[in-house]
Amino acid sequence: VDALLPLMIGVLVACGVYLMLGRHLLGYVFGLVLISNAANLVIFSAGRLTKYAPAFVPEGALAPAGAVANALPQALILTAIVIGFGLLAFTLVLVLRAYGVLGTLEVDAIRPDEDDAGPREESR
Amino acid sequence: VSWLLVAPIAVPFATAIATFALRGAPRLERAASIAGAAALFAASIALLAQVMAGGILAAQMGDWPAPFGITLVADRLSAAMVAITGITGLAVAVYALAELDREREARGFHPLYHCLLAGVCGAFLTGDLFNLYVWFEVMLISSFGLLVLGGTRAEIEGGVKYVTLNILATLAFLTAVGLLYGLTGTLNMADLHLKVPQVEDQALVTTVAVLFMIAFGMKAAVFPLFFWLPASYHTPAVTVSAIFSALLTKVGVYALIRVFTLIFTGDVAFTHELLLVIAGLTMVTGVLGAACQSEIRRILSFHIVSQIGYMVMGLALFTPLALVGAVFYLIHHIIVKANLFLVGGLVKRLRGATELKSVGDLWRSHPGVALLFLVPALSLAGFPPLSGFWAKLVLVRAGIEQEAWTIVAVALVVGLFTVFSMTKIWTEAFWKPQPEGARPEGGGTALMVLPIVALAALTLLIGLAPQPFFEYAERSARELLDPAPYVRTVLEASR
Repeated sequence: VDALLPLMIGVLVACGVYLMLGRHLLGYVFGLVLISNAANLVIFSAGRLTKYAPAFVPEGALAPAGAVANALPQALILTAIVIGFGLLAFTLVLVLRAYGVLGTLEVDAIRPDEDDAGPREESR
Repeated sequence: VSWLLVAPIAVPFATAIATFALRGAPRLERAASIAGAAALFAASIALLAQVMAGGILAAQMGDWPAPFGITLVADRLSAAMVAITGITGLAVAVYALAELDREREARGFHPLYHCLLAGVCGAFLTGDLFNLYVWFEVMLISSFGLLVLGGTRAEIEGGVKYVTLNILATLAFLTAVGLLYGLTGTLNMADLHLKVPQVEDQALVTTVAVLFMIAFGMKAAVFPLFFWLPASYHTPAVTVSAIFSALLTKVGVYALIRVFTLIFTGDVAFTHELLLVIAGLTMVTGVLGAACQSEIRRILSFHIVSQIGYMVMGLALFTPLALVGAVFYLIHHIIVKANLFLVGGLVKRLRGATELKSVGDLWRSHPGVALLFLVPALSLAGFPPLSGFWAKLVLVRAGIEQEAWTIVAVALVVGLFTVFSMTKIWTEAFWKPQPEGARPEGGGTALMVLPIVALAALTLLIGLAPQPFFEYAERSARELLDPAPYVRTVLEASR
């Protein structure tokens, strides 16, 4: 089981990188989703994988009874997931908008045609 | 005392909420925005004064003792960065009143702007790596919003590149944080300073260090990770470009300095040598990129990249004098760079364009503007007696003391090329006759000139009386190289 999670992280990153190297912007964004999940799993496994109980403190006590799982990485991941969700939602909307404005999501086609730094003419 | 540490974060957040609540009443919204920026300025100066008088300040949020809770801490570097954020934040907020169009303002410029300032201050003040990640995100999401505020084709295009590449940097940062936590079991930076040397496998530490270098390096726009910057910084409103160029990359540099003086100092021969190579290449690529551009804001964007190289050089040499140079350079650069972008906006207002081929003759029609351009431009290039001269002098001196001849040569040659770029803007925009087809945008410029004059005065002040700034940077460098007081203050701060 210990080897499973690192392997999965590896596969996620590999798939993410593959998608990001493609020519489509949407693929790039999906690649980001995969890698962000991989990053969350890295934090999770960095907190050591244990089969202990959740870290609840019984009423009236100051410390949990018995061994508990490490709650800190869970808190970190929760934060990271929420933030990542917000960022990705924004990115998807931006990509949608880019599709509307630019008319394409092919990465090769999204390049500044203002290299001569002139104001963009309608005739181009 | 702890309120001094909270205020630079709480004030901009409160302002953001206030401006958002007042979005139906533009006049009140603007007043709230300026009041908030002024309050942040006051708070940041108060913090600076306290740190100068009493040394390092630390506070534990919610009374959770370090290293378990979230620590806010201000040493001299943090305090100076917050103060400079307060200064540029106020200057750019005033400038925004005159420069920004109604549409962008109505779409929520002010709330986003103040959220950005809160994120920047938070990143400077936090003493915890995961918390730093959160502040980076606050900063990032507000900058996304600001960047695409106008919704024009250019903004969307630049926005896509900026957003996608920055999220990648964020993920690298997050992964590095996770791995470091796995190695040490802590994320408090002061605690990490004690725990990292105890890790058995130091090779793993160096690996994680390089991952941090990639993450922060991308934020700081160093070679070869800077491509998002020149692709996006010239697209939004000038106000937005100015605040981005002043603060965002510098947060990356700050994070690099913090992490590579406090946490990863175990393998200086490898990590800092790598940083030195990066610094040299960053300077060269940035300045060469600028040389072949012909739009004011694009030239300036590439110069951000090249100047970042100088700051990283200071960190990479890792001697007291070099760190003095890095800190001095950071302070000087934020002011100068913001000011250059502000002048660029003034040119746009007066001539309706920022492409060099369609502006000209500003020297004759607006000699005042020309002078205002010269101060930051010459300072950027490092002419005495302006602030950039002292910054470069200290760095070059530090390099010579280390007998790092290559980087010294690169730094000097890049300075020369910087002069070339600045003279290019000067001869094109200010000297040559005005080409046909100028369409001045019209509108008052008084509120645009005011912040430019203030920042130029500050540049002159640093240039003419560098001694107090130099002494401050010197003490700051001493704190960075000997983190024991920092660590003690953080771990012992009761509340």
